[in-house]
Amino acid sequence: MTEALLKRRDVVAELLKDRAETIVVTGLGSSSYDVMAAGDHDLNYYLWGAMGGAAMVGLGLAKSRPNHNVLVVTGDGEMLMAMGAFATIAVQAPKNLTIAILDNGYYGETGMQLSHSGRGVELDKVAASVKFDWTARITDMAGVADLRRRVHARDALNCAAIAIDAVEVERVLPSRDGVYIKNRVKAALGQIL
Amino acid sequence: MTRTTPKTKSPINWQSQVYDILKEFHVKHMAYVPDAGHATAIDKFEADNEVTSVVLTTEEEGIPYLAGASLGGDRGVLLMQSSGVGNCINMLSLQNNARFPLLMLITMRGDWAEFNQWQNPMGQATEAALNLMGVRTWRADRPEEVEPLVRGAATMAFDGDQACAVLLGQRLIGKKEWTK
Repeated sequence: MTEALLKRRDVVAELLKDRAETIVVTGLGSSSYDVMAAGDHDLNYYLWGAMGGAAMVGLGLAKSRPNHNVLVVTGDGEMLMAMGAFATIAVQAPKNLTIAILDNGYYGETGMQLSHSGRGVELDKVAASVKFDWTARITDMAGVADLRRRVHARDALNCAAIAIDAVEVERVLPSRDGVYIKNRVKAALGQIL
Repeated sequence: MTRTTPKTKSPINWQSQVYDILKEFHVKHMAYVPDAGHATAIDKFEADNEVTSVVLTTEEEGIPYLAGASLGGDRGVLLMQSSGVGNCINMLSLQNNARFPLLMLITMRGDWAEFNQWQNPMGQATEAALNLMGVRTWRADRPEEVEPLVRGAATMAFDGDQACAVLLGQRLIGKKEWTK
C-alpha cells in the first residue's frame, strides 16, 4: 500500500470540530471510543453491539430529523455487515446523512484479523454503485476537512471510506447504558421523556 | 400461484384496518420486506406522503431504522413475513438494551396449510424466537382478532417502550389476498 495512512483520532476530531447540532451515531468498537475521545456529547448515540446497525440508525434519524446533520462514524467491519443497508439508504437518499467509514482493513476489536476491505473490497465504491450522491476514499486530512463541510452542507447523501492506520489507541469508553444514552439524545432534541 | 382456499365473505376488512389503526397511532415510518399478506397496508403507506415507507433488503435493517426514527421522536412499524424474524435476532439486542418501542406485524408461514416445507422450520420457531429475545407476541387467526391485537400491541409499544409483535396466521391470510 502506497497511501500514507491517517490517524483515527485525528480524523474523528476533525470531523466533529464545531459540530453544533450534528447528531452522531457510532458503530460498536473503536469508532465509539474515537467519538467519545473527541468529547462526549448529548447528541451522540453510541452502539456497543447490534453490529451492522449503525448506518440504519443513522437513516432513521436522518428521515425523522431532516433539519439536522446526521453523521454515522463506523468501521469497515461494521459496515461490511450492513452491505444491504447501502442499497436501502441509497433508495431513501436523505440529503442530511453522511456515513464515514474508518477503514483500517482489519477487525480491530477481535484481534486484528484482516477484513474484506483489507483484502481489496472498496466500500466507497459499493456506495457509489448503489448511487449515493457523493462518495470518496479519503487519504489526507484535507479530504477529512472537506467531508466535514459536506456533513454540514446537508445537500447530499455522502459516504467516505477514510484510510486510517491500524495502530491501537487507548480505549475511551462511553456509557454502555442504552436507555441512558437514548434518553439523553431525545432530551437534547427537545422531546418529552 | 393457484390456491384452493375458497374466498369467504368476511364483513371485516382487516387488511385496511391495519393501515387505519397505525395511522390513528400516528405512525410516521413503515419499514418492510414485501409480503402478499401485507400488500394492502404496503400500498396504502407507499401512497401516503405523511409516512416514510422504507423497503429493506433484509428485515434486520428495520430494527435499527425504527430505533433511529424513535430517537428522532417518530413512531414506526415493521412489516415482514415470519421467515424474516430469523434475520432480526441479534439486532433485537438494540431494542432490548435501549428499550426502544418496537411494533412488528408478521405474516405467518409454516403454521397452517403450508405447501412449502422450507417455510416450516422458521415459521414454526417464529413465536418462540421472538419471545426468547424479549419480544411479546399475540396471534390473530380470525379477522375480528386483528384490530384489538394491533391496537393493544401498538399501545404497549408506543406508550410503554415494549417490543411487540402481532402474528397474522395463515388461516387469517389464506382466506383472502392470495387468491388472484
